[in-house]
Amino acid sequence: MGEFFDIFIGSTDVFFQGLWLTLRLSVVSLLIAIVIGLFFAMLKISRIKILEIIADLYIWVVRGTPLIVQIFILYYGLASIWLIPEFWAASIGLAFHSGAYIAEIIRGSIQSIAKGQNEAARSLGMNRRLTMRRIVLPQAFRRAVPALGNQFIIGIKDSSLASFIGLQELFGVSNTMGSNSFNYLPYFFTVAIYYLVIVLVLTVAVNQLEKKLAVSD
Amino acid sequence: MTKPREMIRVEKLNKSFGDLHVLYDIDLKVNESDVVVLIGASGSGKSTLLRCLNFLEFKDDGKIVIEGEQVEAATHDLNKVRAKVGMVFQHFNLFPHKTVLGNVIEAPIQVKGMSKKEAVKEGKRLLDKVGLGDKYDIYPSRLSGGQKQRVAIARALAMQPDIMLFDEPTSALDPELVGEVLETMKELGEEGMTMVVVTHEMGFAREVGDWVVYMNEGRIVEEGQPDHIFDHPKEERTKAFLNSIL
Ligand SMILES: Nc1ncnc2c1ncn2[C@@H]1O[C@H](COP(=O)(O)OP(=O)(O)OP(=O)(O)O)[C@@H](O)[C@H]1O
Ligand SMILES: [Mg+2]
Repeated sequence: MGEFFDIFIGSTDVFFQGLWLTLRLSVVSLLIAIVIGLFFAMLKISRIKILEIIADLYIWVVRGTPLIVQIFILYYGLASIWLIPEFWAASIGLAFHSGAYIAEIIRGSIQSIAKGQNEAARSLGMNRRLTMRRIVLPQAFRRAVPALGNQFIIGIKDSSLASFIGLQELFGVSNTMGSNSFNYLPYFFTVAIYYLVIVLVLTVAVNQLEKKLAVSD
Repeated sequence: MTKPREMIRVEKLNKSFGDLHVLYDIDLKVNESDVVVLIGASGSGKSTLLRCLNFLEFKDDGKIVIEGEQVEAATHDLNKVRAKVGMVFQHFNLFPHKTVLGNVIEAPIQVKGMSKKEAVKEGKRLLDKVGLGDKYDIYPSRLSGGQKQRVAIARALAMQPDIMLFDEPTSALDPELVGEVLETMKELGEEGMTMVVVTHEMGFAREVGDWVVYMNEGRIVEEGQPDHIFDHPKEERTKAFLNSIL
């Protein structure tokens, strides 16, 4: 126990570097994932068969393969054509992955917006695009906040896989230090606490955001 | 006497949803400044007819002529037509993520390209007019049903439509709130707005309506001036309907 506290206190600077990388990876991949998710959500509701099939295919591939395989294919596969830095390989891999889940989240929340909203906007002369951008999406995003927050939390934990392509994010740091000292367990306990705290902070933040958005409803 | 300007003409309009034929050979004329009231039992096709006039539904065949121009979905920019034809819904359909004023200025800015300043000025004028001059900055969820519907009316008016369609605008309201909305509509009618109103408020139909159309099972059974329809209906079905609701 004493050993664990020594490590926990003594290695904060290294862990903080790992934490910083984890946060950057998670946020960057979330932002890319939202763009990807929005794009495929639009394909899914386009009512154009071929576009729907493309979106389904994407979601099927993402759901049907392990994330680590996706990251490896992206990193080693793309590396043969174009040397992509580890950070971006991991960010894009993670985004490609959560993008599929986010596409389903956004599609669901778009479809949960009452039909009357669409009709009211159209009856005012707003075209489909404008209606989507100004009326439906802002409401859909608000409604999606809890699910997106949840997906972000999953993304933070998933970002630990980036260590497999050499990134010293939180998990990578704990793994490296563990192997250097031949004493893994205290480092893994330490990293677990870091993840728990991030997730706790994030859960509270999402709840607050949710409450704040509800006020204007 | 000059011939009144024809705002809407419908000829032999038919509409089905799948196998369900909902409108049969509807003919209808609405002149400028007329208030036409559509009455009829639930399911008789009133909403569908109104929605066809605003192209929220598409006819199967027949003609819809708006302000002298026969409108076809294939060849016309329906957004332009809709901008000229305002619609008020039973369930208000206000935009919940926008303030009262935000609801009203949205379309003028986004569709008409009006400057924000001008839209705000006009929006405030309209909200004052419907008696909501103190509610610009609050969100719709904090309004009563009657207030919501008046915002919806102001929102439609902000596009400066030539025609206003109302689909049971008071049916979702508590009885004590019906009056304020009908009053707003009455004023609008008196100012010369061309209106087509689906309603079960027979008092309003009689007082404000210039023409009453009774529909049953997708057909226009009888139409005429309010006193003709209410006091001397010719058709048995009209009599039966009026007896059932009065
Ligand atoms: N989108 C739709 N799909 C299938 N059937 C529909 C649709 N909209 C309306 N209908 C049907 O068309 C018929 C006419 O409906 P409509 O809403 O026009 O009647 P209404 O006279 O407005 O009735 P109410 O007084 O209940 O509003 C009904 O049988 C209804 O079930
Ligand atoms: Mg109806």
